[in-house]
Amino acid sequence: MKKQRVNISRRDFLIGSATAGAGFSLGLYLPPGSGVALAADESSAAIPDVDAEVGAEVSAWVVIHDDDTVIIRIARSEMGQGTLTGLAQLVTEELECDWSKVETEYPTPGQNLARDRIWGSFSTGGSQGIRGSHLYVRKGGAVAREMLIEAAAESWDVPKEECSVSASVITHNPTGRTTSYGKVAAAAAEMIPPIEVELKDPKDWKIIGKPVKRLDTADKLTGKQVFGADLQLPGMLNASIKACPVFGGKLASFDAAKVRKMAGVHAVVAVEDNAVAVVADTWWQAKTALDALPVTWDRGENAGVSSASIAQMLDEGLTAKEAFVGNTAGDAKTGLKNAVKKVEATYGYPYQNHATMEPMNATALWNEDRCEVWCPTQNGEAALQATAKAAGLPANKCEVYKVHLGGGFGRRGAFHDFVTQAVAIAKQMPGTPVKLLWTREEDMQHGHYHPITRAKMVGGLDDKGDLQGLHMRISGQSILAAVNPAWMQNGVDMFTFQGLLPDGDHAISYTVPNLLVEHAMRNPPIPPGFWRGVNVNQNAIYMECFIDELAHAAGKDPLEFRRKLMADHPKSLAVLDAVADKAGWSKPAATGVFRGLAVCKAFASYVAACAEVSVDNSGKLKVHRIVAATDPGHAVNPQQIEAQVEGSFVFGLSALLYGGIRIKDGSVEQQNFDSYPSMLISEMPEVEVIVMPSGGFWGGIGEPTIAVAAPAVLNAIFAATGKRIREFPISNIDLRSA
Amino acid sequence: MTKLNINGKLVEIDVDDSTPLLWVLREQLGLTGTKYSCGIGLCGACTVHIDGDAVRSCLIPVAALEATQEITTIEGLSADGDHPVQQAWQKLDVPQCGYCQPGMIMSAAALLNNNPDPSDADIDANVTNICRCGTFNRVRRGIHLAAANPGKSSKLARHVSSTERGESE
Repeated sequence: MKKQRVNISRRDFLIGSATAGAGFSLGLYLPPGSGVALAADESSAAIPDVDAEVGAEVSAWVVIHDDDTVIIRIARSEMGQGTLTGLAQLVTEELECDWSKVETEYPTPGQNLARDRIWGSFSTGGSQGIRGSHLYVRKGGAVAREMLIEAAAESWDVPKEECSVSASVITHNPTGRTTSYGKVAAAAAEMIPPIEVELKDPKDWKIIGKPVKRLDTADKLTGKQVFGADLQLPGMLNASIKACPVFGGKLASFDAAKVRKMAGVHAVVAVEDNAVAVVADTWWQAKTALDALPVTWDRGENAGVSSASIAQMLDEGLTAKEAFVGNTAGDAKTGLKNAVKKVEATYGYPYQNHATMEPMNATALWNEDRCEVWCPTQNGEAALQATAKAAGLPANKCEVYKVHLGGGFGRRGAFHDFVTQAVAIAKQMPGTPVKLLWTREEDMQHGHYHPITRAKMVGGLDDKGDLQGLHMRISGQSILAAVNPAWMQNGVDMFTFQGLLPDGDHAISYTVPNLLVEHAMRNPPIPPGFWRGVNVNQNAIYMECFIDELAHAAGKDPLEFRRKLMADHPKSLAVLDAVADKAGWSKPAATGVFRGLAVCKAFASYVAACAEVSVDNSGKLKVHRIVAATDPGHAVNPQQIEAQVEGSFVFGLSALLYGGIRIKDGSVEQQNFDSYPSMLISEMPEVEVIVMPSGGFWGGIGEPTIAVAAPAVLNAIFAATGKRIREFPISNIDLRSA
Repeated sequence: MTKLNINGKLVEIDVDDSTPLLWVLREQLGLTGTKYSCGIGLCGACTVHIDGDAVRSCLIPVAALEATQEITTIEGLSADGDHPVQQAWQKLDVPQCGYCQPGMIMSAAALLNNNPDPSDADIDANVTNICRCGTFNRVRRGIHLAAANPGKSSKLARHVSSTERGESE
């Protein structure tokens, strides 16, 4: 019986779950120098009162019960991407426990704080869940295994080297005596953890690499899974909120008397300086009263901002003198000057909203000396920090309980505005738990949007049609400048260059003899954020569509044109070749069907896609099939990788087809899924996933494929229609053949 | 007082007439499996069955409902989570975040109620739920798998619920 356990408050507030019960904590592992590593982590600086001492107390990734149930602690948040199951597989591999008896639970951010961040980072973003913690969670499993074996050997008074272990059973090989993890767990918890453990050679892995089923499915099929929006606490009230629609605007006034007597209403409260909330018995009553509440806003200095004014700002950056350099090779200017043929194009990518299916929400209970928050979050520690700040209490007087997320996509990681608001409301009603749930409209209008950029591409071909020079000027918004300036390097946001960098997790896939990639930072007053895929979403469109333009200008096959630039990028070439091969690139597609290619390295994984589309006489697009390849180094759970790859096409293509947040009078024009649609099953292509782990590294899974979704389809649309689409979404564009 | 027949039980609810069924389910009855996401009938996260047909409960004020109409939510779809659609979903590991899945499952189950062996085109026309994680291809395979393994029908589940009602009354 496998199920995910949910942490609960000591007050037993959370319905539908049970505590882990008595067990024994095992398996401290903190890598040497981890204190330094953790200090460099994004969240540590943010959490006050952290004891810098590392490793003083035995902590736990693994709890074992006397019935052999193994509870594996998961620090990262599960939001659909499967990290909970993958991380449990990693621990299980080294622990050698019985997978059928594995359960998981989240330690709380408060526990992590109290225990010197023994579980490391809780941050769940950047496709980091597995690739960022595989080493220490596997070691956590290995350390626990060694302690269990040692406890058994001691009880038998035999050398530990004579014992072996498999599926939670320890065997003394010479005598055949056996015992189980549950029986020796208590004694093992007393053992001194080994300082060094050897991890298995990947060729010996038994559960890493297996397409095991997710551990968290059952409750999602029956309605039992409690998401943040579903939370019920005794005596809880519900809040609905409206913030000033103009970014940076303020709340001027509201007429509470007009709604105070409406059914169920308890309070009408100002929230920070820019929002107003109604608190009522039920959320529907709160929302109904809020809709009736007269509110006036001080719209502030951004009231005149529009999509047109933002475009103007970005256009200026395309030719501005100053720009940050992200990648350079040879001399792009000379390379272009000497070109026999020059190609120019300007692309733009709009704002996108995360639009998680579950709107933002948090539940808060504030008292003078303690504040507790229940919320779906991608970073429990950041949620705790937001709680403490809003509560006016030290972090050690606060606690956050992570509740299941109805989608994250980056919205619930770096930003906890919904937590801040929930605490600000609860603070005005001491002792009463209040659940704040945003409407879809509020969620659409108060996001932290995928940033807006434009890019001017200039490429030069020599007399053989080979690429000699490439100049890429990006103009637009930096995420880090708004979200985390501390991560910038001398004012440069290197994240802006994801997919275009000289090396590393987001290296460019091509060798161009004369190359210049630049960014003119232009930051409109619209809050940007990390949005699944982050900056490869637009950079891969710019690069992969333009490479396709160059191939056509050179009269060359887009695959061959790319291949010639990829001799020094063998892993990228391998995924590209794999999709071309499986899609049948060398042979024509069915009548009326056209293909497009794209390749990218993102979040340390190599991905490629070949899309097959048709466009009928009325301009209606159909994406028939996409072949996608991923080389993530090590593939922990291939069937979950397939799910993530398929899902990445939905996220990437929804943005391409329909996404696009537009600004009018300083506010977001879109309100709901009618004006910000998402793809439906009827539009979903067949997806063939090639998982081709080449070993030796750990790449991300949740995001990389989004990079190739849009450009593969766009290049196929060009093949079908002769039309280059350079502004999005394409629902605005007439696709009838040129 | 509004009388409703929810998952085989007759319930009386004291609520403003204009309150949508979705919020009565979630807030008066504690049946939080039915989700709020858009509130304007587009996304399908709030899908329930009324007399076996899929409807979006966020658009239906309780005043429009009669006690004779059988309302089924995800919690009442089967007695033990063993409706053919739920079994197929488990087998194929369909959900990702899972938030849209109760609505997705209810849409799929209603489709199969009316059309035991739907074509891909039937699925396209009838399952119009939004899933931002992107589970669509597994949803499609799940519907075909459930069609191939009809097992116990949701009618049986309703019967079980009715029996429970009989015991409790």
